[in-house]
Amino acid sequence: MKRKSIERVMRSGIVAAIAGGLLPMHAQQVTLKPTVGANATVAATPQAVQASHEDPVVVGRGSTLYAANCASCHGNTAKGTDLAPDLIRSVLVEDDDKGDKIGPLLKNGHAKGAKSDWTDQQIRDIAAWLRVQVYGAAFRQTYTYVNALVGDPKKGEVYFQKNCASCHSATGDLAGIGGRYDVPGLQFRWLTGGGTRSMRGGTISRGGSMLMDTSSPRVTKSTITITVTLANGQKMEGVPVSITDFNISFRDMTGQFHSIAREGAFPRVVTHNPLQPHEDLLKRVKNDDMHDVTAYLVTLK
Amino acid sequence: MKTQKLILLLCSLPMAVVAHAEGLEKSTLLKPTPDSWPSLNGNYSANRFANLKSINDKNVQNLSLSWTSQVTGGTPTMASGRGNGTVRVGGSPLLVNGVLYFTATDNGWAVDARTGRVLWHYYRESKGDEPVTANKGFGMWGNYLYMITRDNFLVSVDARTGAERWVKSVSDPKQFYFSTMAPMVVENHIIIGTGGDSLDLKGFLQARDPETGEIQWTTYSVPKKGETGFETWPDEYGSLHGGGGPWVQGAYDPETNLYIYGTANPNPVFVGASRKGDDLYTSTMMAVNADTGKIAWHYQVSPHDTHDWDASVSCILIDGTIDGKSRKLVAQASRNGMFIVLDRITGKPVVHVPFIDTITWLKGFDDKGQPIADPSKEPTVGGTLVWPSSGSATNWPPTTFSPQTGLFYVSSDEGYGLFYVSDTDEHPEGWAGIQSRLAPPGPNSIKALDYKTGKLVWRHIWPTGGGFVGMVSTAGNLLFASNGNDLVAFNAANGNILWHAGLIAPPNAPITYMLDGKQYVFTIAGSTLYSFVMNEPAGKSQHTRSQ
Repeated sequence: MKRKSIERVMRSGIVAAIAGGLLPMHAQQVTLKPTVGANATVAATPQAVQASHEDPVVVGRGSTLYAANCASCHGNTAKGTDLAPDLIRSVLVEDDDKGDKIGPLLKNGHAKGAKSDWTDQQIRDIAAWLRVQVYGAAFRQTYTYVNALVGDPKKGEVYFQKNCASCHSATGDLAGIGGRYDVPGLQFRWLTGGGTRSMRGGTISRGGSMLMDTSSPRVTKSTITITVTLANGQKMEGVPVSITDFNISFRDMTGQFHSIAREGAFPRVVTHNPLQPHEDLLKRVKNDDMHDVTAYLVTLK
Repeated sequence: MKTQKLILLLCSLPMAVVAHAEGLEKSTLLKPTPDSWPSLNGNYSANRFANLKSINDKNVQNLSLSWTSQVTGGTPTMASGRGNGTVRVGGSPLLVNGVLYFTATDNGWAVDARTGRVLWHYYRESKGDEPVTANKGFGMWGNYLYMITRDNFLVSVDARTGAERWVKSVSDPKQFYFSTMAPMVVENHIIIGTGGDSLDLKGFLQARDPETGEIQWTTYSVPKKGETGFETWPDEYGSLHGGGGPWVQGAYDPETNLYIYGTANPNPVFVGASRKGDDLYTSTMMAVNADTGKIAWHYQVSPHDTHDWDASVSCILIDGTIDGKSRKLVAQASRNGMFIVLDRITGKPVVHVPFIDTITWLKGFDDKGQPIADPSKEPTVGGTLVWPSSGSATNWPPTTFSPQTGLFYVSSDEGYGLFYVSDTDEHPEGWAGIQSRLAPPGPNSIKALDYKTGKLVWRHIWPTGGGFVGMVSTAGNLLFASNGNDLVAFNAANGNILWHAGLIAPPNAPITYMLDGKQYVFTIAGSTLYSFVMNEPAGKSQHTRSQ
């Protein structure tokens, strides 16, 4: 595609805004355009609507209006095209409040052939839709993954047999795993061994309601357990609540809570982390291998 | 013009003199007295080292509570779902004339350092939806305090009353600029920074007049077309959205009149498609003239960063000796996992070594001694595993350097990230990607590095907890740090734990100072204030004296 280096700035609006003291001077040059918006991934996702605090009904009306009147020049997601600028990083759009800045511009017929007979409600609708696009680009929590399935399942199977099959089985514990998670979720789970729990680096739990629970702790094949040895030689097995340099708090296998001060060599604490092989694997796995294994696990429906 | 300036100068002189006489003396900023902590990191070198030894490695086990107290934030912000009146004081306080001054987002307080009594509370609610992240603190000039608000206003309040003097707009919150940096006061300059990752904003450092709040100079983190450094961007579009806003206070070298600081990551954050090249001056350690903002030198810690590895972390000045020669240095432990020591006159590297166990992106060094990143570690649609993660290695809580031990102390973790591209457009926007931060397999620790080599001298691995914590070191051979729960005193030379106290929440960076002949250690955990002092033999207590 031929690229044009057009620099279209919404000059009138920006100059007015600066004159009115709304914007610091440095903001005036922000609205250069990107060349192509064909692969843009920002859209009016529910997350973006929520983040923007806009009314979904109003946004819906704005979406229809935008598609009919604006998208052919500004692109489907308002990110700009060769014909017209990015509206998401437009200072005018970002500073707009319910159409107060966009409105006068639209009613003036801002470009050749552009609709100018906007009603006040239509302008508010368009403004709401644009606000959602801005929030969709700006707020990380609204982002969505592109298709993360990029690996080769055959190579993944080979890697799996060599590195994972001593503990896991495609027809046993992992049967059907490919149908239970989306691709990034599946990749995350197999890399970490099913969770984020780690005795290292986690925040120190103050226990909370867990301390009131006197039933035996639930120990799965990924639960970290500890062996605590007291000065008198007594040993206890349990699930840690918190371990610091000064205190060890845990529930033993009967459910009883213990809190022991740590001074000197005792109590001695040994941690058993069944997910250690995953942590070790993370340091050797290559990105291609990781993608391949994910692609293989996706096939285990 | 000249005459006019002179008249203005003469008019303003008497006021300035009066102000300084009553409040913070300029000489105290240059040479802090034992009974002061006049700037964010204690002194202009930003080393957070206190030349105090009443509390020391021999007696610190007797350190005990002097008083505790609590502050409450302004209600409107809290009512909108940000925490029921509780605030987290994340930055570091000042101590001037027996009064502690500190901030939380949108809030500032003055507290009597002898009793914990709140003298005044300032509150101003920010507008906009950018997240509430820790405000880093006040700057002080004479009787006046300066803080920046989340929605980018520089506020000045009277230190005696908390009364607002003026509020000046720095940058536009509707464009998703946001600000947290503690202002630094240098002569008659209030130095601040602002930026924003959300919509790819050009960040900048700026100096303001302490009397009026008017702009004196602005230095963008990204050069304009025609300026030096622009050639490291593919086009004007890329540079205009380049990011790099400084948000952590730097250091000041009075000898050279250079303000030395680190800038943030380039934008869009995780994808470099629209900014091929090194992207100066993002993720860079740099020095500017404090009177003009003119760039004196730069060293890019992460050329063409695509992992949110800001260099906007502590920069500490060190007057050291390397290979028998006296050297003027500046050191940083950076977010990308590199420990960097530069000659602070020239900006040339002296030390550049990793300070974390696993670093997977480093290919080597260019002819300027700057790290070269492995392009295969850039984020991808399918995900890329990289050590460290974007928030890892270390972060903004201030580090400390002890000239006594020659050790640079840094809190670090060994985590890694799985980096995805979420915006495949050739002109992506915002973060343009997602980082799935996996459970860190490595431990969090406090590391003590030899500034001459970057070599690890000691390391304390926290069994759990830790994370990134602010610290202070003292001439009593002590280092105060935290595991995220306890305030912990280490033997600064060998890393042995000597004392600890459990707190109600993760503490901010502690400070230490003399008051009425006694040394205090002060920290704020969430919204709870703790002042620690030495237990004294009964015969010397106040009660005995008054009888």
